[in-house]
Amino acid sequence: MQAMTNVLRRELAGYFATPVAYVFIVIFLMAASALTFYLGGFYERGIADLEPFFRFHPWLYLFLVPAISMRLWAEERKTGTVELLLTLPVTLQQAVLGKFLAAWLFVGLALLLTFPVWITVNLLGDPDNGSILAAYIGSWLMAGGFLAIGSCLSALTRNQVVAFILTVVVCFLFLVSGLPLVLNFFKGWAPQVFLDGISNLSFLSHFAAISKGVIDLRDLVYFALVMGFWLLANIIVLELKKAD
Amino acid sequence: MIEAKSLTKQYGDFTAVDGLSFTVNEGEVLGFLGPNGAGKSTTMKMLSGFLTPSSGTASIQGHDLTGDTLALRRCIGYLPEGAPLYGEMTVRQFLQFVARARSLSGSDAKRSVAQTMQRLNLEPVSSQTIETLSKGYKRRVGLAQAILHDPQVLILDEPTDGLDPNQKHEVRRLIRGMAEDKIIIISTHILEEVEALCSRAMIIAEGRLLVDDTPRGLVRRSRYHNAITLVVDHPQQAASALSELPETARVELKEHELTVFPQPDADLLAAVTGAVDMHRWTVSELRWESGRLDEVFREITGRAQQRGTV
Repeated sequence: MQAMTNVLRRELAGYFATPVAYVFIVIFLMAASALTFYLGGFYERGIADLEPFFRFHPWLYLFLVPAISMRLWAEERKTGTVELLLTLPVTLQQAVLGKFLAAWLFVGLALLLTFPVWITVNLLGDPDNGSILAAYIGSWLMAGGFLAIGSCLSALTRNQVVAFILTVVVCFLFLVSGLPLVLNFFKGWAPQVFLDGISNLSFLSHFAAISKGVIDLRDLVYFALVMGFWLLANIIVLELKKAD
Repeated sequence: MIEAKSLTKQYGDFTAVDGLSFTVNEGEVLGFLGPNGAGKSTTMKMLSGFLTPSSGTASIQGHDLTGDTLALRRCIGYLPEGAPLYGEMTVRQFLQFVARARSLSGSDAKRSVAQTMQRLNLEPVSSQTIETLSKGYKRRVGLAQAILHDPQVLILDEPTDGLDPNQKHEVRRLIRGMAEDKIIIISTHILEEVEALCSRAMIIAEGRLLVDDTPRGLVRRSRYHNAITLVVDHPQQAASALSELPETARVELKEHELTVFPQPDADLLAAVTGAVDMHRWTVSELRWESGRLDEVFREITGRAQQRGTV
């Protein structure tokens, strides 16, 4: 536990020692607001909720989260510090989890900094703050899912650009797997169970309910499983690839 | 004690380390010598617990490489090849991170960080970020993280690579100062370093152990061991005269330099100076050779390469 928090602290401090943190937070806040007010029609709808704000989070994360996750392991492998880290008395699990949690907390911080939107909607009307909180939690969980995918894929390569592109592609597949665009491709020849399976993998369908403020245990378990699976894969990938 | 038993590492068809066996005891400074790509770094990566051997094993202070590597890593200080560091951290932050990872508690951590910085003269740069440091300072930060917890075993991959002569001297002095009660393994391709630092040297090429000897013993293998090289005014004449001596095995003339090789156990120096006196040659240079390590190294590793290609 102590070893993991040590890795976590170092990693988190690393974001703020470089411009990464500030650039990410500024872009994230600007993009989130622009999408809410222009594309989401926050004012025009005349409803006091944050649905137009949360609706775009999956698409926002699709490009911004890989920018955070791409350096997690690719940079360590490129500079060779992975050898330093993994010859300290720190297990692979502690290292993977520590770095992942640092990134997740960081995205959580960026998410918290969107609080002016929440203040705005409370000034303008009388929203259901419970469901807003639920949506925030759901959004953070989804970010964790994206991050776990990105962390694993960044361990595959020494090149951060490759890690970024791989992560965007895989995250995109996870996002859209519930849309007709993908399902139509399988319809007609694949069995229904398979179709349901694919559609259930979709971040979008699991996030849809949460963004409306409905927390379903199944959705929480889903995101927890996604994170668990990809972090486990991350450990295995590192074990196999750390020496290359 | 370090005990390696037929340590082997394969990458696909390529065998980087091929059945290496050796033991190292407290107080020894072992130097790994070998051409680039000989398997020195791979061996050190396995000993430090970073890489898992393909076959064979090693135990360090009783901890097996294939077992609990966490306990093994605790008793080792390791400087990886190229001394990789987290560039965005300051020297102090970085050493504190390592101290915490080494489970040193608050006050202990502070003390050992302060002591280590003093030992390596890192205090002037303690609050600079590592990426802004010169190569010499970076290497010293790398060494600092390795010795921070006063480990019983030190594994240093090219500790003086890229340092200027003064810094090299400093680092060697530091390593010698720690050698007494520790096990130290260094790798290097600087031959003088082996003579200056190591109590024992292993020459490795193509993943195999070729020679395991003291630096003195290595030098003695040189054909130049106990030979005498001199520069005289009439080299041709001197060469023929010197080859007549009963102590002389052979004389070689290269440009102006004359090298006289001795018969086994002969007192060549007395014989040569006697001859110089008798013939009244003007000698502008005369030196007794203890042996040439680079020549021994080339001969041993060259032989291995020939065997490999045939």
